Amino acid sequence: MRGIRPRQKITQADWNGYMAQRARKARNPAIQRFFDTPLPDPDTPIAEVPMVALDMETTGLDERRHAIVSIGLVPFTLQRIKLAERRYWVLNPSRPLAEASIAYHHITHSEIAQAPDLEEILDDVLAQLAGRLVVVHFRNIERPFLDAAVKARRGEGVLFPMIDTMSLEARLHRQTLWARFRRWLGRPPVSIRLHASRERYGLPGYQGHHALVDALATAELLQAQIANHYRPETPLKDIWC
Amino acid sequence: MDVELLEIRQHMGRFPPFDGLSDDLLDAIAEQVEVSYFKTGSDILEFNETVNDLCYIRSGAVEVYRRNGELYNRLGEGDIFGHFSLLRNHKVSLPAKAIEDTLLYFIPDAVFQRLCEEDDHFADFVELERPRLETIAEQQKKSNDMMVTRIRKLVTRYPVMVEASTSVQRAAQQMSEAQASALLVLKEGSENPRFSFKDSEGQTWQMCGILTDSDFRNRVVAEGRSPQTPVGEVISSRLITVQSDASVYEAMLTMLRNNVHHLPVVYRQRPVGVVHLSDIIRYETHSGLYLVSNIFNQSSVQELARLAPDVRAAFVRMVQEDANSQMVGSALSTIGRSFTRRLLEMAEVELGPPPVPYCFMVNGSMARNEQSIVTDQDHALILSDDFDPKQHDDYFYALAKIVSDGLDACGYAYCKGDVMATNPQWRQPLRVWKAYFQDWMANPTPERLLHSSIFFDLDSCYGEDVYVESLQDLIAHTAPKSPLFLAAMARNALNRTPPLGFFRTFVMEKDGEHNNTINLKRRGTAPMVDLVRIHAMACGSKAQNSFQRLNDISKTQLLANGMSDKLSYAFEFMCMSRLRHQMIDLQESRQPDNNIEPENVADSERHTLKDAFQVLSNAQKFLKFRYPMPAQRQGR
Repeated sequence: MRGIRPRQKITQADWNGYMAQRARKARNPAIQRFFDTPLPDPDTPIAEVPMVALDMETTGLDERRHAIVSIGLVPFTLQRIKLAERRYWVLNPSRPLAEASIAYHHITHSEIAQAPDLEEILDDVLAQLAGRLVVVHFRNIERPFLDAAVKARRGEGVLFPMIDTMSLEARLHRQTLWARFRRWLGRPPVSIRLHASRERYGLPGYQGHHALVDALATAELLQAQIANHYRPETPLKDIWC
Repeated sequence: MDVELLEIRQHMGRFPPFDGLSDDLLDAIAEQVEVSYFKTGSDILEFNETVNDLCYIRSGAVEVYRRNGELYNRLGEGDIFGHFSLLRNHKVSLPAKAIEDTLLYFIPDAVFQRLCEEDDHFADFVELERPRLETIAEQQKKSNDMMVTRIRKLVTRYPVMVEASTSVQRAAQQMSEAQASALLVLKEGSENPRFSFKDSEGQTWQMCGILTDSDFRNRVVAEGRSPQTPVGEVISSRLITVQSDASVYEAMLTMLRNNVHHLPVVYRQRPVGVVHLSDIIRYETHSGLYLVSNIFNQSSVQELARLAPDVRAAFVRMVQEDANSQMVGSALSTIGRSFTRRLLEMAEVELGPPPVPYCFMVNGSMARNEQSIVTDQDHALILSDDFDPKQHDDYFYALAKIVSDGLDACGYAYCKGDVMATNPQWRQPLRVWKAYFQDWMANPTPERLLHSSIFFDLDSCYGEDVYVESLQDLIAHTAPKSPLFLAAMARNALNRTPPLGFFRTFVMEKDGEHNNTINLKRRGTAPMVDLVRIHAMACGSKAQNSFQRLNDISKTQLLANGMSDKLSYAFEFMCMSRLRHQMIDLQESRQPDNNIEPENVADSERHTLKDAFQVLSNAQKFLKFRYPMPAQRQGR
């Protein structure tokens, strides 16, 4: 992942309008249901938004050549992370799995051989995400991979708003005057990767690169970010993208 | 099982009370946990808010307060809070605040209730202080050396054995010669395989019975049998034995269960000895017996001083064998008194017989039979009322000097407060002593009593015991009627207070300050002794030992029901903690002291110690309320 920077924020999208339009045009029932479930209004205070932390492990970084190996998600709110409602799937990527990524994700060939294709669990995944605001760390993996994988199977993709804890961290450490000053001095940029970001908030170190662990870690990180840099009343539109 | 749950499980499994849970219960918790982050300074539980979860600190630090804002506890990684409310009305009584960025795991009430129901250890832990202290005190009692020592250790000699055909007269003669109170009756053959064995010559025998002193009375003489009766005819057919590797405790139970006082000890099936109930009683109460007899065999201070390492060794052994604090305290006090007595005997040999009768009085921990290995000497001389200072004082000064110097040589340091018979103030005839006590009780001020409270633990060590007894009578008679005196004593007893508990590797003070060590005597056992003494005097008890005093107090209405038990569990635990740390000091060749370092305190020990401190702290508050300072007297 080194060298990859979050892409520039394009525009402040009219997410609710986009979702409504997709709901009208959707042909696949599961996708229709997903887009038809209303999202919280952009002005909703973050403390009242139901959220779900999502993490995927993939065989590589390019959604056109690589595939999803596992998905972990943990529903939560600003008050509580509900581990009892967690979900975790190992998937058959139907694309060869590099040895390096096996070591990385702790998922083995035999686990994958018995695993289902995303197609089989997609309805379940979408039902879990529907109506909740998805929280990820580095949206440029989850967003394009999920969109591409769904498009390949159902003929239409899924795009939806997300809160990206990495870009919240980038706002604090990469886009400030101080960050530019550091860059000018030739100092290495502050790390905004999941583990390093968590450390700044005194969160414990977890064993990383497991979709469910990382989803939990992301949910905790968002709680910490809001507690330290925002307010419970901060409207959703200020932090989603 | 999901990996991340294993991580939660692993984390919880390291901390009490979760460390004792079964894997199934740990899974059940990990499955249901909810997580939340709290920034430094944010409120976690607010007063009177409804709680439905047990809170577990995964990382960070939390402070818990009383309703009035006073700090109740500071907690770190692995600690829990909120359980008091869950056990009561689900309303927060002790509010909590994050003092560092904190990640909490919430364990839902349903899971919490299930843990309480299914795991006794967990239930004991989360209930208020008493049950936990009680459980541990009980465990200590049970696991003392009787549980671990094998009965074979008490077998001192081979059993006296006779054949069944031997006459009762011949058998009685053999018992007298061997000074045995029981003998084993054998016959050749192996009809009863349970009791048959081969002797060293390869011959097969079987044990068919035991004959004791009382059997001679009941079965021979009382029944008018002839002295020629073969023993085989008078023995009972019931034979109860114990294996040589059974514990002393098992052997004792066997005796009690079967109502027998003699027990043949067998190795496999071969008899190796007979133990009597008294052997067990002696073993239990006089572990230091050999040391004491050794003290009386020494004839010079130098020789006595050489026993000091033996005292330390006996101490380490007792603590290792899980003797309780009363056993250790009374053994060490007995040893200390023996040194004192032996020194007095030697002094009398050197100086000649005393010109007037006297009593050598001991004070402080020795009088209470609560000595530890770190102790100084506190004593005084009560002389006959015929004492004439001009004529006799040189003698008694010399006597006191020999004893005091001798004790110092044996490892009992001089008293820093000069409470020693060498001090002329504390070498006085009985009538002066009576006047001292009357004056202390009639005209008390906290300042005056600060230095004399040590005399309110008093016992005779040598000489005219009646002198000390008359002083004890005087106190028991006067103190209950002297509210001013009790109030002044109570005020002094509040000078030393316990800390709040532990936080990470620090001792937590009530004002939130941290310290690296704690003096467990000054901050725990001594204030407890002071407190117990006051209640004991208020109820006219003449006991000196704190446990006995608590026992006397419990027979009165002075304290709320069950309170004296609570105090005695707390006291026992603090004493044991102190003794254990002294033992560790000795084992690591350090000078033992009364300090304990939090990093050497096991997790379970720190929780229980905290409970003990809490009991003491509450009892101190009650003391203040029970013995109020009467309105200031005018004038002085």
